[in-house]
Amino acid sequence: MKAKTVDKIATGVFIGIAAFIVLLLASLLGYILVRGVSHISWQFLTSPPQTIREGGGIGPQLFNSVFLLVLTMIITIPIGIGAGIYMSEYAKPNKMTGFIRLVVEVLSSFPSIIVGLFGLLVFVNFFDFGFSLFSGALALTVFNLPLMVRITEQGLKGVPLSQKEASLALGISKWTTIRSVMLPVALPVILTGTILAAGRIFGEAAALMFTAGMSSPRLDFTNWNPLDAVSPLNPFRPAETLAVHIWKVNSEGIAPDTPEIAAGASAVLVILVLVFNLGARMLGRYVHRKFTATK
Amino acid sequence: MAKSYDRLEGKPHLTEEWVGKAYTFVCIMFLVITISSMVYFVASKGLSTFLVNGVNVGDLLTGLKWNPEADIPLFGALPFIFGSFSTSILAAIIAAPLGFCAAVFMVEIAPKFGRKYMQPVIELLAGIPSVVYGFVGLSVIVPFFRDTFPGQGIGIAAGAVVLAVMILPTITTIATDALAALPAGLKEGSYALGSTRYQTISRIVLPTTLPAQMTGIVLGIARAFGEALAVQMVIGNAPHIPHSLFESTSTLTSAITLSMGNTSMGSVHNNALWSLALILMLMTFVFVFIIRMLERRSKL
Amino acid sequence: MAEIALSAKNLSVHYGAHGAVRNVSLDFAAKSVTALIGPSGCGKSTFLRSLNRMNDLIPNCKVTGEIWMKDRDINAPGTDVVAIRQKIGMVFQRPNPFHKSIYENIAYGPRYHGVKNKKKLDEIVEESLTRAALWDETKDRLHKSALALSGGQQQRLCIARSIAVKPDMILMDEPASALDPVSTAKIEELISELKREFCIVIVTHNMYQAARVSEKTAFFLTGQVVEYDSTDKMFTDPERAETSDYISGRFG
Repeated sequence: MKAKTVDKIATGVFIGIAAFIVLLLASLLGYILVRGVSHISWQFLTSPPQTIREGGGIGPQLFNSVFLLVLTMIITIPIGIGAGIYMSEYAKPNKMTGFIRLVVEVLSSFPSIIVGLFGLLVFVNFFDFGFSLFSGALALTVFNLPLMVRITEQGLKGVPLSQKEASLALGISKWTTIRSVMLPVALPVILTGTILAAGRIFGEAAALMFTAGMSSPRLDFTNWNPLDAVSPLNPFRPAETLAVHIWKVNSEGIAPDTPEIAAGASAVLVILVLVFNLGARMLGRYVHRKFTATK
Repeated sequence: MAKSYDRLEGKPHLTEEWVGKAYTFVCIMFLVITISSMVYFVASKGLSTFLVNGVNVGDLLTGLKWNPEADIPLFGALPFIFGSFSTSILAAIIAAPLGFCAAVFMVEIAPKFGRKYMQPVIELLAGIPSVVYGFVGLSVIVPFFRDTFPGQGIGIAAGAVVLAVMILPTITTIATDALAALPAGLKEGSYALGSTRYQTISRIVLPTTLPAQMTGIVLGIARAFGEALAVQMVIGNAPHIPHSLFESTSTLTSAITLSMGNTSMGSVHNNALWSLALILMLMTFVFVFIIRMLERRSKL
Repeated sequence: MAEIALSAKNLSVHYGAHGAVRNVSLDFAAKSVTALIGPSGCGKSTFLRSLNRMNDLIPNCKVTGEIWMKDRDINAPGTDVVAIRQKIGMVFQRPNPFHKSIYENIAYGPRYHGVKNKKKLDEIVEESLTRAALWDETKDRLHKSALALSGGQQQRLCIARSIAVKPDMILMDEPASALDPVSTAKIEELISELKREFCIVIVTHNMYQAARVSEKTAFFLTGQVVEYDSTDKMFTDPERAETSDYISGRFG
């Protein structure tokens, strides 16, 4: 009888804690959105920030975040997929491969601030890219690569061996087999993973403070010449992203409406991350259905 | 049919094969070189405090006073080391039981509901950016602690609570995988002997999955240890060991975040910050090592 | 004496220390069907997969001995394996069409081997499908997914796919074992058609199938060839007691 009572209590505790976690997320999201959404307006999303006066927006930061994400992905995807292919298809089971695996694991557990410091030392100072979008993109690439490698490897490992054999048996090279047969089959997994990784990059700040910088110079949104200093497209200009902005406003903001700006910017960031998450799920399901469709 | 393709003669595919192999190899080498140079650069910068500026290693690790800009600069980093360890371990102490219980709920109690609703909840928690956690910590947890406990509200307790929520997904995910990987026979054997679910979980499930659970916890601690901004926002940033959980203090990451931008490259102060980064990096190695050991144990 | 398409000499296959195939020597005649029979685990599939170097994919699998194709030992180190596999096609136990359209399943190989002309590719697709007796069933849905075909159709697609790259011989690893009787009959019919042009080696569990489609049969037991002779002789008057025991169903 006693054991049964204990069991009932324990079950209650397990359910209670699960409910607590769901509630935690709900209130977290609820808090951010309720506090922030009222502050979001077209004007807030498009106008530049103010230092002392109120009414500052997050326009340049929003643009910087998106542009930086695109730049990072352009660099990360080819390298990450290439390295993932190597690990999954070419690496022989020997000491060297074991070492590379360890390296990837260590890199993926490095704190992002270390990645940022490395970026400061190497990209900003050593290669003299300065505090710039480009330095930031490189730092984020370093930050994101291990994940990309793991995603690609997972995707390729999930491709049935029979697909690979079928192609090789036609006298087709391994490289073409990987590109034309295996990668398309692995695409849903890789795509979903990549979008989730993009969400992670979007919210990253510590790796960017010392690489992309914490200031946003005046931008002229009518000037689309990437070589011009005031052009938004210039990859060698400093760029504060949305996530960095939230940190900066919280720790050193002096404008009277600082809390509202932080709340609004956090809400925008969370909404975008949610969009990435849901987008990844939906796209993954859609592509999966499309590839295995039996119509 | 037309004449057969005589591949034995022309060999364009050999070039192509080589290109593929070379390309992927260059990609992986990029990773290896990056991390090697990362270790090299951070280590050489971090060690120059001792080698160039002549600061004593022991003084840095055990000194209680951090005052690099004083006339007689002091580089005691123990408060930061203490802050990092106390916040991240306290965070794990809070998050581990929650994560384990959530995993039990998802695997043993309500698998269907778990997969459909709990899983996404956990993933979304993992997806929220750390600055947003910092913001919520600053605007909810800190005021709450300030009103409830003596002190300013900032400090180790606030940092640990924020970190606990941030590492909860890591711990839960690994705990869930470990529980799901248990052979069904193990549990059935226990149920067949008339054990209740709680008895089965506490006597069979928890002990067998312990190494895996520990892996999750260490991964969580590692993540908490390296987290910079969320902690920096709620910890207060005073460079001394606090007398209570609700008193301002610092961590390795918060000290770096706060001062790295305000010191000039090559100065003693700046180098000392790199030494803190070096400690962070060495701790990462230690964590990876522990995780590898635990993984080896959980495979046996 | 018929022309020899491929000839294995003293071929052995080891998985680590375990010898799966030991010292097998067999000649395969051009334009004929050779069946490899024997109980499961006797090494017949392993042997077959060695002939087009497919076992290279399996880590820790070592193939020793010689495989002569015309005047070349294709098991020698430094052999261009990719080129070899174009000459020696393979059909697998389970149908494994690519996750592409029916058209792409066929065109993929020839395109890689240098046929870029769209009209030419169309011709190859039609011809290959026709020869695999699949054209009539698929001509209206060439650009639909191959995965929507039935199992039997998929296997014929796989055969069409391998003849589209114009090999000299086709290896078949129990091609009908996953199919229903009607589809099996179609595959067997197809094999009888194809042997006019190709050297076909087929591994089968089904002795009636071996008797129906093949000219010669090799009986494998514990990694070795016990007997190799014309199919008629093997099934009516085998030399060895093990062969007659197996064929009459006394074991395996």
